Amino acid sequence: MTALVIVLALPLAGALAVIALPVRAAVPVALSATALTALSALVLAASVWQGGPVTLMVGGWQPPLGIALQADGLAAALIVMSALVVGAVAMAAWFEMAAARAGPRAAFGFWPLMLLLWGALNAVYVSRDLFNLYVGLELLSLAAVALVAISGTAQALVAALRYMIFALAGSLLYLAGVVLVYAGHGTLDIGLLSARSPAPGDALALGLMTAGLLAKTALFPFHVWLPPAHASAPAPASALLSALVPKASFLILIRLWFEAMPELASTAALLMLAGLGAIAVIWGGVLALVQSRLKLIVAYSTVAQLGYMFLVFPLAGGDGSAQPWAAGAWTGAMFQALSHGLAKAAMFLVAGICIAAVGSDRLGDLRGLARALPMTGFAFALAAITLMGLPPSGGFTAKYLLMTSAFAAGQWPWALVLAGGGLLAAAYLYRPLAALFTRDARLPVHPVARAWQGVPLALAALAVLLGLLSAAPFDLLQIGRPEPAVEGL
Amino acid sequence: MNAALPVLILLSSLVPAGVTFFLAQDSHTLRNTLNLGGAVVKLGLIIWMLFAVAGGASYEASLPLAPGLVMLLRVDALALLFISLSATLWFLTTIYAIAYFGTKAELSRFFGFFSLCVAATTGLALSGSLISFFIFFELLTLSTWPLVAHKQDKPSLSAARVYLAYALPGSAALLWAIIWLESATGPVLFTEPPDLSALDPGALRGIFALFIIGVGVKAALVPLHGWLPADMAAPAPVSALLHAVAVVKAGAFGVVRVIYDVFGASNVAALGVGEPLAILASVTIVWGSVRALQQDEIKKRLAFSTVSQVSYIVLGAALASPLAMIGGLVHLIHQGLMKITMFFCAGIYDERAGVRKITELNGMGARMPWTSVCFSLGAMGMIGLPPLAGFVSKFYLGLGGLEAGAPWVLGVLVASTLLNAAYFLPLLYRLWFLPAAEDARGDERAPALVVPAVVTATAALGVGLLAASPISPLGWATLIVAREYGP
Amino acid sequence: MSLTVFAMTGASLVGLGIYGLLALPQLLRRIISFNLIGSGLFLFLGAAGARGEAVDAVPQALIITGIVVALAASALAVGLVVALARRSGLVVLPDEANPR
Repeated sequence: MTALVIVLALPLAGALAVIALPVRAAVPVALSATALTALSALVLAASVWQGGPVTLMVGGWQPPLGIALQADGLAAALIVMSALVVGAVAMAAWFEMAAARAGPRAAFGFWPLMLLLWGALNAVYVSRDLFNLYVGLELLSLAAVALVAISGTAQALVAALRYMIFALAGSLLYLAGVVLVYAGHGTLDIGLLSARSPAPGDALALGLMTAGLLAKTALFPFHVWLPPAHASAPAPASALLSALVPKASFLILIRLWFEAMPELASTAALLMLAGLGAIAVIWGGVLALVQSRLKLIVAYSTVAQLGYMFLVFPLAGGDGSAQPWAAGAWTGAMFQALSHGLAKAAMFLVAGICIAAVGSDRLGDLRGLARALPMTGFAFALAAITLMGLPPSGGFTAKYLLMTSAFAAGQWPWALVLAGGGLLAAAYLYRPLAALFTRDARLPVHPVARAWQGVPLALAALAVLLGLLSAAPFDLLQIGRPEPAVEGL
Repeated sequence: MNAALPVLILLSSLVPAGVTFFLAQDSHTLRNTLNLGGAVVKLGLIIWMLFAVAGGASYEASLPLAPGLVMLLRVDALALLFISLSATLWFLTTIYAIAYFGTKAELSRFFGFFSLCVAATTGLALSGSLISFFIFFELLTLSTWPLVAHKQDKPSLSAARVYLAYALPGSAALLWAIIWLESATGPVLFTEPPDLSALDPGALRGIFALFIIGVGVKAALVPLHGWLPADMAAPAPVSALLHAVAVVKAGAFGVVRVIYDVFGASNVAALGVGEPLAILASVTIVWGSVRALQQDEIKKRLAFSTVSQVSYIVLGAALASPLAMIGGLVHLIHQGLMKITMFFCAGIYDERAGVRKITELNGMGARMPWTSVCFSLGAMGMIGLPPLAGFVSKFYLGLGGLEAGAPWVLGVLVASTLLNAAYFLPLLYRLWFLPAAEDARGDERAPALVVPAVVTATAALGVGLLAASPISPLGWATLIVAREYGP
Repeated sequence: MSLTVFAMTGASLVGLGIYGLLALPQLLRRIISFNLIGSGLFLFLGAAGARGEAVDAVPQALIITGIVVALAASALAVGLVVALARRSGLVVLPDEANPR
């Protein structure tokens, strides 16, 4: 319980402290807030693991008047993943700023924004109230937009504004849905809503909220803002944006479609969601294939990788939720969220190291870099394995679970998407990999500290370990899952 | 202990791999000790296990991942055959590679992936379930990529790209097949073939075809063989390892597993998919030989020869009569010994004499007698001259073809033997009977390169001469077929 | 009766906002449009809360929170617009064309 409060409050308090205290205290304060929050995240996950979901009624008020916060297995897993990613990003940012390649404005602005973003993420993970989710989501979007703009170049500002327009439109659509739900039921608590008696406006409300969340998750065709935004931010910020931010809105979708209003999930709607996901996998992959900058390749890869997660809807949603394969499909999608988070953060941190080393992330300029920075090259390769979904990695476990469910459900075309997407990922990740591993370096390489290089390597290794030791995370994800976990297939 | 031993065998190459990555480039002694030590430990553990299994012990270790995803290591006779081969050849190749590379660059990376590759092969051999087989199969793909690309020049990188371009779609097909099958049968263990009655014959044929595509890429079945000759850009120890032990053998081993442990010989016969596979293998045998004839680089000729020879194993497995099965399994060992000898020798010619082309071999027999004798033994074994190893394999395959009611196999064998002779005899003629070029050089002052070749050549001779002994590979293969796949 | 007026006004504000968002490319006007939509939604929410005999306090709390959030968002957006105008003189977003 205390741990739950700390993971919510400490990042926000830390953000305030960094702004209020003198500039030279910023980094120590931010880093210690990060370390303490990460520690609490682990403690929280451990207590969820041992004692089931941790619930907190804010101020002791019960819903519908009060707001419930609950860390179930899924929230705990996401909180731990975010803590690992933020921890790594904080270290990488510290090294990057020590190397003095970011301007003073970026150096100052980054820390409070990072902590703010983190606090908002944790709030979204544990909120059980639709309006509270709106506030968390909005805070998250604002922090994310500010991170995109942090370098202050015209290009970054344009990317940030475009992102902001999508984000605001998404928020308002979501808010409109929330208003309709309140008008219909007088409550916004997810637990109470699941037991509500249906009202005529429900389908419209769910549709509005879903559309808004899709825009924020950058699902095809709402993805156009994502690559420029993620590629314009400084690398540590991109890592946060790509690895974590879309997961928050995806989680709300899961809460809506699986917990609050599962009975509204018509087959056509579920198929449409997954169909958009499938198009995203292919289209994102194809666009990643034609980019010439590492950060853009990685950003388009995010568009593709997010698409996989939407396959969960027809496989585990609606009528399918009672089927034996639902547990596998649902858990597979969550494994995808977790392993993509770790691997994608690793990739953006690699991009940051490349930029620090040769001052560019154009593929041609990265040639031969693995010779000077072998750990970095290896980290990229490991992260690539996860994104391609090759064993033994978290990405493979995700893909295996989803594919198995697709076959079991008799919906094998989704398996085709998974297999094809994997090959496409191999194709677009091979280009940077091959560039890194050629022998003829083109540019002189600035030295990069080994400890800095170790950061993305550790993240990528964690993404692989997630597959090698998948039994424990699998069980953690089942804690508090709406449908009772059905073992095996 | 019964759970620990397979894990220890796996760790004996996994741990050196993990440590080697972090060694400094110039800590040669430590790296060599570590890798040789791992190889020796592994060999020791396997010998121990051989005796224990002969005494009736059985070994099994499992690590449950997500539901349905169980990593299972299990020792059966077929697994033992394959890991004995790979452990022995790994040990010899390590010695050879240490001498071959000397103090060249990026050795920690090389030996790290080298050991990882062997760990993957070991895991593949010991896999007791279909999904663990797949996981190690992929680990093998990934760990061989940096080995093929090791020189990091254009040809190597393009070879490595070609390799992945074949291997990854292959693995997608394999995964597809596995999940399709297991969605109907539940997790497939190699202890006994699963109950296939839930799937209709059409679907089963489709699954079988996907399996063969998946493992056939690694086994270099025509038309999936293109990567193998391209990979000749890799350094000689890598070629030796890829062609004799790790990759192609993993594919051939996979075919055997698919036919006997996933589907079961009787189902394969009932579905009528054995014969098309045997025909495909025969086409590969002949086509590989024909293409070998056209090559003028030694390593390329050897590569196409590998394409051809590995399909003997596939042919034996596909015919599914006991004698053909024995012939195929024993060829797993025989081809390994002969081909690694020849690749060792090709590497020595390159390193010590700068010889890469067939025309440059003239007169090398006198300058480099040990190497040339080994090379000749390997070549004659491949052709199938009695009493060398290759003869034993071909003899059993031929008998097996008759037994399976497929006499055309004899024709394939005769044609292949003639072609083998046609592409290897000119080499021997040049080695021993033509005068050396005026500016020819070449010496054998590198015992660590020559001794492994001599050992494998002697072994290739020995397994043929002593084929009748119960502890020979032939005796062993007979035992496997009698015990595990007998009627 | 008066509730319907509130709800209708809310709906009209949302409609106006959507029109502005679609028709006006200037960033500042788009921000105002967002605010219009937000205000319309809040008005509608307030109306929804006042249906019963006793006035429901929850919507009022939600609206106040929402207004704070909208203010923060508008502030950040205006800040970005000003920064962009200072740096490049743009008051509209350049075409969707290639970000590079």
